[in-house]
Amino acid sequence: MTTTTGTYLIKGASILGGEASDVLIRDGIIAEIGHGLDAGGATVIDAAGCVALPGMVDVHTHLREPGREDAETVETGTRAAALGGYTAVHAMANSTPVADTAGVVEQVYTLGRAAGWVDVRPVGAVTVGLAGEQLAELGAMADSRARVRMFSDDGICVHDPVLMRRALEYVKAFDGVVAQHAQEPRLTAGAQMNEGDVSAVLGLTGWPAVAEESIIARDVLLAQHVGSRLHVCHVSTAGSVEIIRWAKERGIDVTAEVTPHHLLLTDDLVRSYDPVFKVNPPLRTDADVQALRAGLADGTIDVVGTDHAPHPSEHKECEWAQAAMGMTGLETALSVVQHAMIETGLMTWADFARVTSTAAAKIGRLSDQGRPIEAGEPANLILVDPAARWTVDPSTMATMGRNSPFKGRELPGKVVATFYKGHPTVLEGALNTPHPDAAATTAGVA
Amino acid sequence: MKHLLSTQDLSLENAIRILDTAEEMSAVGEREVKKLPALRGRTVVNLFFEDSTRTRISFEAAAKRLSADVINFAAKGSSVSKGESLKDTAQTLSAMGADAVVIRHWASGAPHRLAATDWIDAGVINAGDGTHEHPTQALLDAFTMRRHWARLAGTASEGTDLKGLRVAIVGDVLHSRVARSNVWLLRTLGAEVTLVAPPTLLPVGVEQWPCSVSYDLDQTLANGVDAVMMLRVQGERMNASFFPSTREYSRRWGFDDNRLRALDDLGMTDTIIMHPGPMNRGLEISAAAADSPRSTVLAQVRNGVSVRMAALYLLLSGDSREPAATRAPAYTTAAPIKESI
Repeated sequence: MTTTTGTYLIKGASILGGEASDVLIRDGIIAEIGHGLDAGGATVIDAAGCVALPGMVDVHTHLREPGREDAETVETGTRAAALGGYTAVHAMANSTPVADTAGVVEQVYTLGRAAGWVDVRPVGAVTVGLAGEQLAELGAMADSRARVRMFSDDGICVHDPVLMRRALEYVKAFDGVVAQHAQEPRLTAGAQMNEGDVSAVLGLTGWPAVAEESIIARDVLLAQHVGSRLHVCHVSTAGSVEIIRWAKERGIDVTAEVTPHHLLLTDDLVRSYDPVFKVNPPLRTDADVQALRAGLADGTIDVVGTDHAPHPSEHKECEWAQAAMGMTGLETALSVVQHAMIETGLMTWADFARVTSTAAAKIGRLSDQGRPIEAGEPANLILVDPAARWTVDPSTMATMGRNSPFKGRELPGKVVATFYKGHPTVLEGALNTPHPDAAATTAGVA
Repeated sequence: MKHLLSTQDLSLENAIRILDTAEEMSAVGEREVKKLPALRGRTVVNLFFEDSTRTRISFEAAAKRLSADVINFAAKGSSVSKGESLKDTAQTLSAMGADAVVIRHWASGAPHRLAATDWIDAGVINAGDGTHEHPTQALLDAFTMRRHWARLAGTASEGTDLKGLRVAIVGDVLHSRVARSNVWLLRTLGAEVTLVAPPTLLPVGVEQWPCSVSYDLDQTLANGVDAVMMLRVQGERMNASFFPSTREYSRRWGFDDNRLRALDDLGMTDTIIMHPGPMNRGLEISAAAADSPRSTVLAQVRNGVSVRMAALYLLLSGDSREPAATRAPAYTTAAPIKESI
């Protein structure tokens, strides 16, 4: 690694919510951890009251580029990521053109390196054009410079059981994982919201929990049968948590993710018919929210993934049925998880580090992300002021998307600084500069 | 009352107020000159994103009888991909000075969007949105039932509710905005509602509704019922496995000649048969039932104009934003209609 990043001394940060220590960062590496470290020539950052955590890793981000640069670009999306405390994001494949070839994943990878705010790990499509008919060249994407390990048709379910089986089998050749968007298409034709008491009153076509659960049940059995690795995107129902818990008890190699919005919001919000609450999978009931929180706390659900999905305003300023599905999430994830999981006593900051960083890096096979905060480790870490309170204002966000369902809510926790490979991309809660030699840095992939 | 979006949030007081006002309006329809100057100079836009000749002309007649200027705007097929957005349409109508927008839309919640956003400041009347609600249909149904119920009780309708009235709503509840609006309004007015439908055409979550549910029309009739409301079966349901065939549907859930006779045999001489129209004769209702003296189909249409006059009048005349000097002063307050002729 080149040595153009500076030297920083973080004073008095509580590491993972534990003891307050000083952290010396030099040349992209955590050089030393201790008490009363000498600043020398280092830039000193007073971190009293702050929690130091590993840089967050998002397993599920939509950066929209190439194709929908009116919604988001790699540059704006990764700025949002850095501000939200991320040092790596997985860019989903549903761009235009679809990221189903080595060429497109390398393009996204290169854009990410040029931006220099976080590691951008492209996700490759499972099937050509997300059409669910034939496998994309998964091996070519895995062997490309982007070194893709996660494959997903996210947005669309790989619903053909044979195709799903083959994909699970095939990715074993390069230690890949298939990330499934679990949605049985026939059970969700025209679906607009969670099917239940609220949809009955609102007259909106229901998206039943069983459409998610039946696919997850099938896929964990397929993963078991072929001995492969399955990741379940955005788990949203209590029943899905039960099925995944059952699968893990049997030793099936399955991981699962939950979004921040599914940890906090319910389908009651749809009563407003405001499409800012339209998302796929839909907001569910309070019983589902509680089960998801419990599942995340007990490890059934491995990670928080934002499913950050920016949309231009005209795709939300319309009738509910016309509106696009999706919510922004990169700049609110930490606060929502703190609010839903830590302030409720369900998790500690050490647990937070596991579900937002360590486990996520493991799923994506990122070797230099999600590492412990210890001397000799890559300096991907963040400082969080857990006592801060702020009111969500989408108009001031770095993402181009203004579709935050948390608009107007007061949330706890603020990212004070983000160190990405030793360089502060965020300082004093504001964007600093991108990594100075990101383009020359080799992103580490196992 | 700024908007009329649903019957779920309509208070008993406001519901009775609309029904009582509609009684006064219906007297106008019996005059030689069927016109009041109450909304002179006001502009009512009928914004229809879905074909509905009956509802549109009913609203048009209502607005014209109140002397409002009426603009009909058929925006069928409008969408982000096909043309102008709802936002742009609404802002256009606002710029043209619409005082009230009567909106029919295929998307559930579209009237709520108009009312909740700053796209337009006019009063909004929901004339049917997707599979959500159709509040003026429920009000005209309630108006029709209330007249019937009051007549049986030997009283005038004004000021009364529907306590004790037993209503069966039969058919495709799942996709019916009429059923939803009726369930909420009838609950508010004190009626006892039974939904009768094949299980496939009841929404998941119906068990939370303030009514009972039956799969058996004959049993429901035998239990005693004062009004039977038949819902239209939409053509597109017939090939989507909601029921095996139209004949089986008709046998189990249609109001056929046998069931018409059963009402007589059961001695329920005062039970009325209702239908919001348009009817599929021979499917959900037999010709004999539709044409029988029990049928209130045409009374419902007639009452629809009175109820919509009442809704428009209450929305627009109660509007405190209007500077009184710019309007015909006698008719901008909620003064009794009879004195304002």
